Amino acid sequence: MSTKLVQKLDRVVIRFAGDSGDGMQLTGDRFTSETALLGNDLSTLPNFPAEIRAPQGTLPGVSSFQLHFADHDVLTPGDAPDVLVAMNPAALRANLGDLPRGASIIVNTDEFTKRNLAKVGYAVSPLDDGSLEAWHVHPVAITSIAVEALASFTDLTRKEKERAKNMFALGLLSWLYTRPTEGTESFLKSKFADRPEILEANLAALRAGYNYGETTEDFAVSYEVAPATMREGTYRNVTGNVALSLGLVAAAHRAGLPLFLGSYPITPASDILHTLAGLKRYGVATMQAEDEIAGVGAALGASFGGALGVTTTSGPGLALKAETIGLAVSLELPLVVCDIQRGGPSTGLPTKTEQADLLQALFGRNGESPVAVVAPSTPSDCFDIAVEAVRIATTYRTPVIVLSDGYLANGSEPWRLPRTAELPDIAVEFATEPNAVDAKGAPVFHPYLRDPETLARPWAVPGTPGLEHRVGGIEKADVTGNISYDPDNHDHMTRLRQAKIDGIADTIAPLAVDDPTRDAEVLVVGWGSTYGPIAAAVREARARGGRVAQAHLRHLNPFPANTGEVLRGYQRVIVPEMNLGQLSMLLRAKYLVDIESHTSVRGLPFQAGDLADVISAAVASVSHAPLKETAQ
Amino acid sequence: MTTDLGMPSGPGSAPVDSRDAASGTTGVPRLADGTALTKKDFTSDQEVRWCPGCGDYAILAAVQGFLPELGLKRENIVFVSGIGCSSRFPYYLDTYGMHSIHGRAPAIATGLTATREDLSVWVVTGDGDALSIGGNHLIHALRRNVNLKILLFNNEIYGLTKGQYSPTSHVGQVTKSSPLGSLDRPFNPVSLALGAEATFVARTMDSDRQHLTAVLRAAAEHRGSALVEIYQNCPIFNDGVFDVLKDRTEAAARILHLTDGEEVAAGDTVVVRDDQGVMTVAPRAEADPTRIVVHDPAADDPSAAFALSRLDSPDLGHVPMGIFRNVARPTYDDSLREQIASARTGEVTDADIDALLAGRDTWTVRA
Repeated sequence: MSTKLVQKLDRVVIRFAGDSGDGMQLTGDRFTSETALLGNDLSTLPNFPAEIRAPQGTLPGVSSFQLHFADHDVLTPGDAPDVLVAMNPAALRANLGDLPRGASIIVNTDEFTKRNLAKVGYAVSPLDDGSLEAWHVHPVAITSIAVEALASFTDLTRKEKERAKNMFALGLLSWLYTRPTEGTESFLKSKFADRPEILEANLAALRAGYNYGETTEDFAVSYEVAPATMREGTYRNVTGNVALSLGLVAAAHRAGLPLFLGSYPITPASDILHTLAGLKRYGVATMQAEDEIAGVGAALGASFGGALGVTTTSGPGLALKAETIGLAVSLELPLVVCDIQRGGPSTGLPTKTEQADLLQALFGRNGESPVAVVAPSTPSDCFDIAVEAVRIATTYRTPVIVLSDGYLANGSEPWRLPRTAELPDIAVEFATEPNAVDAKGAPVFHPYLRDPETLARPWAVPGTPGLEHRVGGIEKADVTGNISYDPDNHDHMTRLRQAKIDGIADTIAPLAVDDPTRDAEVLVVGWGSTYGPIAAAVREARARGGRVAQAHLRHLNPFPANTGEVLRGYQRVIVPEMNLGQLSMLLRAKYLVDIESHTSVRGLPFQAGDLADVISAAVASVSHAPLKETAQ
Repeated sequence: MTTDLGMPSGPGSAPVDSRDAASGTTGVPRLADGTALTKKDFTSDQEVRWCPGCGDYAILAAVQGFLPELGLKRENIVFVSGIGCSSRFPYYLDTYGMHSIHGRAPAIATGLTATREDLSVWVVTGDGDALSIGGNHLIHALRRNVNLKILLFNNEIYGLTKGQYSPTSHVGQVTKSSPLGSLDRPFNPVSLALGAEATFVARTMDSDRQHLTAVLRAAAEHRGSALVEIYQNCPIFNDGVFDVLKDRTEAAARILHLTDGEEVAAGDTVVVRDDQGVMTVAPRAEADPTRIVVHDPAADDPSAAFALSRLDSPDLGHVPMGIFRNVARPTYDDSLREQIASARTGEVTDADIDALLAGRDTWTVRA
């Protein structure tokens, strides 16, 4: 038992930063898992370079993992860290600018060598020149203490011992924030099951870090963050990519369809391929295709055969898939396309987040080729949005594009587990019988005879006797599906395809508005991964006394039926986006409402504090009455 | 023209046995004993719209005539095509079909085949569709050995876009887009397919119905990717390009018949192999009998088949015809199904999915 003082905190933001080879993502993941099991609410932000191993010790090689945890509900990974763990001078230099004065810095002094300092432009060590006086600096010789702790491991090289330094750091932070380490110990046991010596070394380093915290005088206080009050239920921590994968599997199960993923590896979507490739036990078929086009092509072929065809990608891949998605529009077959957006254009910022593919998703194809577009708002919402995408795709026989992004994909949060049996009933029925008669009264099958309600055409899969038919990308005659170049038919079919997509609005929930005082004159509207930062900003603006309403779009095409009505109910509508105003453009064009676009394309999520300032300024401009305190 | 390829020929020969594990149609539902379909059953109600005299008509008639002998249920046959004149093919067959987009048919058909063991899946494509815009999908379908039958109609020209040179047009060919002659060296589709380690590679010709049918039959029997190059005449933009092979006397001297276990020969010439494995054509009278190539399509190593494919010359001086390679390998789709089957522990229940969603680390919050 520690005899040191324990202080209670309501929230903490920690950033682990080091060289990309230092294992910071793993350290962050493990600390997150310990924190989740303790019952804190949390949100994470991994941030790493595109290079697998950028030159060691340089600024481009810095990898970081930020975690915000609290005894109340958490909406973002936090604007600014309370604690920075800097494993080398580059990690310190790259992250110091984000660190508010008074924050703590735990530095690995062993790496502050002349050579490492020079690599990032420090002439003198910042540990010695007084430049860090505004922060609480804890200098710890992490590498050498870890190596020393492993002195008895005579079979390990010094390099191997040094590699355990991240576990030492994790142990120290676990002590500092009173986290249990049992989960990490069992994680290490399964990870290194066949390498007992490495396992023991990692465990020893972890314990050494924990014990160091307890014994050293440098850390006088440890901290506790009590569990958050959360809705009753069973929880796990989940990243957006894992939640999306699980959502696809659960939805396919509910639809009664085999899941087929055709995919080409691309950051930051590849984890979905990895996850689903491991789920063959659930009947999931995955194919790593030769390119993006083959990935979506194979998925569409699988859909033609009656499977749930899915493809996963990021922006550049979506561009390559455009023609096949257009074919799916023409074939009117279910297809789920997951675009895990990243910074663009072109290769852009592969590991950084952005939401600039909205217009590409809506319009990035030749001809009038409407598709449904949905976007998850949080990592765990990726599960629900996957189910919703499958519902739309199978009900309306249409491609659906899911717009997640790098922030949601790699970020994590606690997820209250749903019950599979309570997920929406999306059972699919294939056509089995002819649906018309010909001139002579003989039964025939018309592949483009539509359901009057959904305008969906029958899904008649090969192997069904009597329904043999041909589909293709050439314009088809209404009802019969035969090739048709007739001008009136083309006009009719173009409008029918659009009407089918527009009609999806009939089965989606109206846009909900969070307006606690019911008299706000400013509305903030977002979509996708900006939900957390916007909600945190709105909360802060309200705490400052502002009356402000928030609405968040999960359906981008079609919009919920009441969207125009909602927008017109406010004097000012602010739309923050991580692009140059794509949703704003759509809303202005469709509803003739004067949207105020607030944009940032830095490859990082919005800072809630910055957004709160924008919102507060807008509120002040419309509030003639003095600001009043509002209850939340 | 009569050619003996050493293969079962003509309707009425033994139908493909779906119980044979090596057959390309294993797992595809068959018609009840005593019932049979006819060519008419495979003819759709759509008006055929190729140019008069197009080689595609002959291929269509051969395919429609051949399909009944497979003895498969019509609804379990699917034709997938890309874009180009040949790719209109599926519309004219009363099976399931998809006329997809340019070059992508092998990818689309791969997804279909991977998920549906009970279908006989055919891809119809052309030299531009398969070798230019869709080259990547073609070679990857072949290397994966997906159970697909790919019919590549090669007329050495772009027809649907009205007469540009294709990736099989010869160097110097004058076309609308190469008024001073094409600069591109052509692909040899057979060499390309063998380079991609295709397990079944054959060449035949639109006008030789019997040969074409025999090759189709062998392709259908093969479990895995089958690439069948079909020389096809475009009467509008590249008329007569294969005419020398259609003249009985010329053909006899030029066509090197590939028959399992027999010498590769055309008329008085035979194919001989030197110490380096290079094959050349020589008068039989002058050939060292020990060096005359005896065809073995089942040879594990594709080198001999590749050497045969190199005997082509732009003037069609010698053209190997028949099955270059036919070897048994596990197919991609069978292996994928096997992986899934061995991972499965029974029907997936709601409880299984609940457990999957929960993962390993959960915690419970009580009211």
